[in-house]
Amino acid sequence: MRQSALNAVYELAKRDPRVLFIGSDLGAGVLDKMKAEMPDRFFMEGVSEAAIVGMSAGLAMDGFIPYFNTIATFITRRCFEQVAVDLCLHDLPVRLLASGGGAVYAPLGPTHMALEDIAIMRALPNMTVVCPADAPEMTRAIDATLEWPHPVYVRFGKGGDPVVSSAANGFALGKAITMRRGRDLAIVSTGVMTARCLGAAQELAEAGVDASVVHVHTVKPLDERAICEAASMCGLVVTVEEHSRIGGLGSAVADMLAETGIRTPQLRLAFPDAFIGTYGSQDSVLEAAGLQPPQIAQSIRETLQRNKGSFTLSRL
Amino acid sequence: MTVAAKAGTPLDERSKYLRSLIIDGLGAGRGHVGSPLSLVEIVRVLYDEVLNVRPSEPAWPGRDRFILSKGHGCLALYAVLADRGFFSKEELKRHCKSGALLGGHVDAHIPGIEASTGSLGHGLPIGVGSAIAARLKGRSSRVFVVLGDGELGEGSVWEAALAASKHKLDQLTAIVDYNKLQSYGRVDEVLPLEPMADKWRAFGFAVREVDGHDVAALRDTFAALPFAAGKPNAVIAHTLKGRGIGFAELNPEWHHKSSLKPETIDELRRALEQD
Repeated sequence: MRQSALNAVYELAKRDPRVLFIGSDLGAGVLDKMKAEMPDRFFMEGVSEAAIVGMSAGLAMDGFIPYFNTIATFITRRCFEQVAVDLCLHDLPVRLLASGGGAVYAPLGPTHMALEDIAIMRALPNMTVVCPADAPEMTRAIDATLEWPHPVYVRFGKGGDPVVSSAANGFALGKAITMRRGRDLAIVSTGVMTARCLGAAQELAEAGVDASVVHVHTVKPLDERAICEAASMCGLVVTVEEHSRIGGLGSAVADMLAETGIRTPQLRLAFPDAFIGTYGSQDSVLEAAGLQPPQIAQSIRETLQRNKGSFTLSRL
Repeated sequence: MTVAAKAGTPLDERSKYLRSLIIDGLGAGRGHVGSPLSLVEIVRVLYDEVLNVRPSEPAWPGRDRFILSKGHGCLALYAVLADRGFFSKEELKRHCKSGALLGGHVDAHIPGIEASTGSLGHGLPIGVGSAIAARLKGRSSRVFVVLGDGELGEGSVWEAALAASKHKLDQLTAIVDYNKLQSYGRVDEVLPLEPMADKWRAFGFAVREVDGHDVAALRDTFAALPFAAGKPNAVIAHTLKGRGIGFAELNPEWHHKSSLKPETIDELRRALEQD
């Protein structure tokens, strides 16, 4: 996914002289082709993320479109004030490409796991938050950022994620994609969790429960219409995210449903409000949090059973 | 070389006039007092004689960029911008009021203001980006950033200094308003900065020190830019916090006031006249 994103930046740079790439201290050889072909528009600026965000702001004030890539936690935690003041207050078209969103860096521990990045970024006025599902969708997302006039935070997955998106569905920032239609409940997910939710939906289907899956690649601005539509036509909304239960997609959906008056109950599946006290892999950490497909399906089944009679499901 | 600002040197009429505009701003009831008073001559000389800007066309692409990184010194910049016609002097009298154009820190929505600052350590990184942008576009425009001395405690300033040196930004000038006082008290007690000039040299800057209230010396210093080809410039401007208001000079209690009564404003005007 990261490779697709950086390749997409390179392709954009080839056709648009406003596009710049800025890295902090990335791995050797990253975007060597761009460096060789467009040395003036390739920057590797070292372990100085706060100043890089400010520098990106200065470049954007002059009409450039900087794409800044570093690790997600270094953007969101370390540079919060620079992102807030330099980028969001000035509403500048800087793109923050966040490597290792969610639990990707599980083996590297809590300094590198970005489980509150969506909450941090979506709290900022003018910020757009995008979490593509897979590599092809990442390419479409990066393409879509070119003419977007606001700062954008793009969350990268691990890479090698199963491809569930489809070019036929198109891609527009702020517009959710319904990946599967069902009558009983609506699963609303973002990023690489959408693939897992499709797996869970399949399991549920085999047990006779018919679930929609709405892929919210843009958590902010939220596609309220698509989510309201899905929520109002079923008995349960399930939000699933590789993120803390505080402030992410689940919170955004809950906020929105509360304000619209839609009474459909919501099940939030997310990481607990805690630092992860273990290592392992992204998959093992997701499993420990109950976020793998069989566990998602099981949580939904339990919720349905627990509330049998109080939910209005078409088939239970 | 250490250049001490001379506390007793009288201010000329223009410097007094600009300070009277600052007092107009304070007349609305609040604001930073000592902080703008130390940088009046710096912004005066820049806007009168150095910067290539167009008050009637603030966003003219070819302009030089000026970033007040110590955004709390805003009243000095507002005074100069109002005097140069970027906006009406009447706006000063509504400083910090509801619906006013001018607030307690510089904001990019104000004509002539490049960047919103207030939280510290933001101006030099933005200035680095501006200078690189000018180079990429083949423009000869220059970038000036005024930093407070207390502000130099922010790590992002030094991150940006490394980048300015790496990119050989000799069209970029960092000016330190070295008034030796931060909010709590003396800089050399809160977080010492000496050897100041050597620090900037060590970061790859060409450095000059100047009396920050000496208009002729500032003029000569800026006329010598760039100080060395391929190096960013640092001007260490030795200043006095509160300069022009005798009882406020070097007095940390006058860093900021949130409730200035009309009689206090009158005292400020009388003190300025006696300078």
